[in-house]
Amino acid sequence: MASRFPILCICLSPFSLSMFCVSVCQLMQRSCRQVTLLAAPSRYWSSIPVAPPSLQPRLLLFLSQRFHDIETILSWSSWFKNRGLRQKNLFAGQSEWFRSDRRGKFNWDFMNHRDTSIEEVDVSNTLINYTGLENLVKQRGLCTLSVSGCAEVDDWFLSRLHIFQDTLEELDISNCPRISVGGLAALQKLRGLRRLDVSSLPRLQNPGLVAILLEEMLPHCHVTAIGYDHSLIYSHTQTDG
Amino acid sequence: MSMWKGLHMTARAAHGIHVSLRFIHKHTRLCTLWSRNISTGRPVQNDFFKDLENQFKAFREKAADAMPGSDWTPFEKNRSLPPERADIVIVGGGVVGWSIAYWLKQKEMIRDGVRVLVVERDPTYSQASTVLSAGGIRQQFSLPENIHLSMISADFMRNINEHLSVLNEDPVDLQFNHSGYLFLASEKVAHIMEENYRTQRYAGAKVSLLSTTQLKEKCPWINTDGVVLASYGLENEGWFDPWMLLNAFRRKAISMGVYQCFGEVTGFRYTTNTMTTAEGDTVDFRRIKYANVQMPNSLEYQPVECAIVVNAAGAFSGKVAEMMGIGLGLKDTIAGIPLPVEPRKRFIYVVHCPNGPGLDTPFLVDYSGVYFRREGLGGNYIAGMSPEEEEEPETNNLEVDHQFFQKIWPHLAHRVPAFECLKVTSAWAGFYDYNTFDQNGIVGMHPLVNNMFFATGFSGHGLQHSPAVGRAMAELILDGGFKTLDLSAFSFKRIMTKEPMLERNIV
Repeated sequence: MASRFPILCICLSPFSLSMFCVSVCQLMQRSCRQVTLLAAPSRYWSSIPVAPPSLQPRLLLFLSQRFHDIETILSWSSWFKNRGLRQKNLFAGQSEWFRSDRRGKFNWDFMNHRDTSIEEVDVSNTLINYTGLENLVKQRGLCTLSVSGCAEVDDWFLSRLHIFQDTLEELDISNCPRISVGGLAALQKLRGLRRLDVSSLPRLQNPGLVAILLEEMLPHCHVTAIGYDHSLIYSHTQTDG
Repeated sequence: MSMWKGLHMTARAAHGIHVSLRFIHKHTRLCTLWSRNISTGRPVQNDFFKDLENQFKAFREKAADAMPGSDWTPFEKNRSLPPERADIVIVGGGVVGWSIAYWLKQKEMIRDGVRVLVVERDPTYSQASTVLSAGGIRQQFSLPENIHLSMISADFMRNINEHLSVLNEDPVDLQFNHSGYLFLASEKVAHIMEENYRTQRYAGAKVSLLSTTQLKEKCPWINTDGVVLASYGLENEGWFDPWMLLNAFRRKAISMGVYQCFGEVTGFRYTTNTMTTAEGDTVDFRRIKYANVQMPNSLEYQPVECAIVVNAAGAFSGKVAEMMGIGLGLKDTIAGIPLPVEPRKRFIYVVHCPNGPGLDTPFLVDYSGVYFRREGLGGNYIAGMSPEEEEEPETNNLEVDHQFFQKIWPHLAHRVPAFECLKVTSAWAGFYDYNTFDQNGIVGMHPLVNNMFFATGFSGHGLQHSPAVGRAMAELILDGGFKTLDLSAFSFKRIMTKEPMLERNIV
């Protein structure tokens, strides 16, 4: 529990200033990371690796538990990160639009958003708006959508896909860490779906069962669900003789 | 007493400096060969500064305690008692109460601007309507205010981690199932459904109307006998885990400094200001000064001095209002109008049907009043029905009447033939905070009690409207009026003027 004692008021503790500098550096580091992502969209992230906490985050954690101000600053930094994500979405959307315009494809467009983090439903919609087709024809023509590996695609995004309910034929949502069964239930509205890829969704507890239920729900659709460990788990039970 | 303790501590600290000084000297004398700090000045100075800092801190705490408005008392206090004074006391620790507490803290301009206390009677939440709810959220209402409340709440839940995530804790997972609500209409009520559909589309809800053939195509397991029209919610509809939402609000609010107390509000101490109208009638205006919070299983109580009381007690709001004398005045006066909220018991049955509809089962509400939804992936469903007015069960306990299921089953089996063979595995009962006047929430101030606010009477929709209602109440209390969503239609005024705002799509 952070103490209510404002540290910035103490003139006696010089290390508070240095901690402030540390957190500002952290902020800048995070924003630098975002800028590099923007510049190199071809880098491939199959899954978010979990690294052991290094010294700096642990130090910040220790401090945030003691000082209310550090806690506030850290929560600001996560808020900035969210905002940064949202701004990045718009930017990435625009570059895609230029590309499809040059290619001049009509009626179907294959989009591979491997690394762009489509965060919030509204913004992702504009992304598909841009990429699905050229300017005036509405996104009714979208046939294939791949959001594989997107860290920010979640159940709400899936529920929004009902816009394409007549036209969407292929959907690839593999490796999205935020999707769970509740979102997959929303895919029932996509009556035209022919191929669905739900491989390696980390939040599914019963992937085999879910794949079967999805096939029942969408009879014309072929469901691919690889990358799960379907082996039975044996537990040793001691029986008293 | 703490001041004396402080003096002792400073003496001990000074003594400590001497002790450490001596220790350092001894250390350097004994181990000159491998001692890390040979110079004696450095560690002594560090100790001195650290102790000085501690002493300054202690001095500041003492000074803050001596100021008026602090919680310092010379007497030993029971830890579980609430603080002696709080700015806003919220009676009721359900999802609406905690939502209001969170939004109040969210909107305060300065840190510790308002001291909020949430008083909850039941620490186990065993009878709370929040956790016993089916957990559905829908936009298919007939009143535009209700539709907006649901849409705002769905928006909130979509971005719930932006709002309610606490630093270094797990993110909030509501386990939201986006399966949508499916309402079925017979010929008699089809025109109402069409009207409601227009209202919903106008308000921005994503709803679609289905004819019988479309319905059969979408849900082949439905028997469309008697159904003329169906209305299906495409987005922002489904069900979620109410306990997760309650705990998310609670955790975030407590991290922002809301006080939580487990106790029961047994009475209020108020001042009365009597005024006479032009016709010569007297009207009593009351102002709450103290709220008496009694500890569970004890006679001990704490009068909490408060500025504002929010009545979010759900099914038991009527009793809390009676403590203020609302409804106990003469008939035909404003003081004689009670708060029309009473508890109504509703049953939910968990059934298991192996051949039932699969993952795409929406929350189906039939025109006969029967509803059911899928629960989990193992072929379990929960079903219920609102009883007729004459058959309301008694509300002094939460016992389940299993005979009532015999009334539900024929409708279920008629609508979904697969449900002809099912097994009831479990059941529970919960209270609706039923507004007997018009089944819509009551949000706002009471005309005669100057500092009591109401946020109750939602008749089964409290959970799905809780984030939006919380924000509206916080705006009303802190800003003086509704800013983002105007809920003045839900004020107490309509009860005084006897103009009901009926919601036609009640489940």
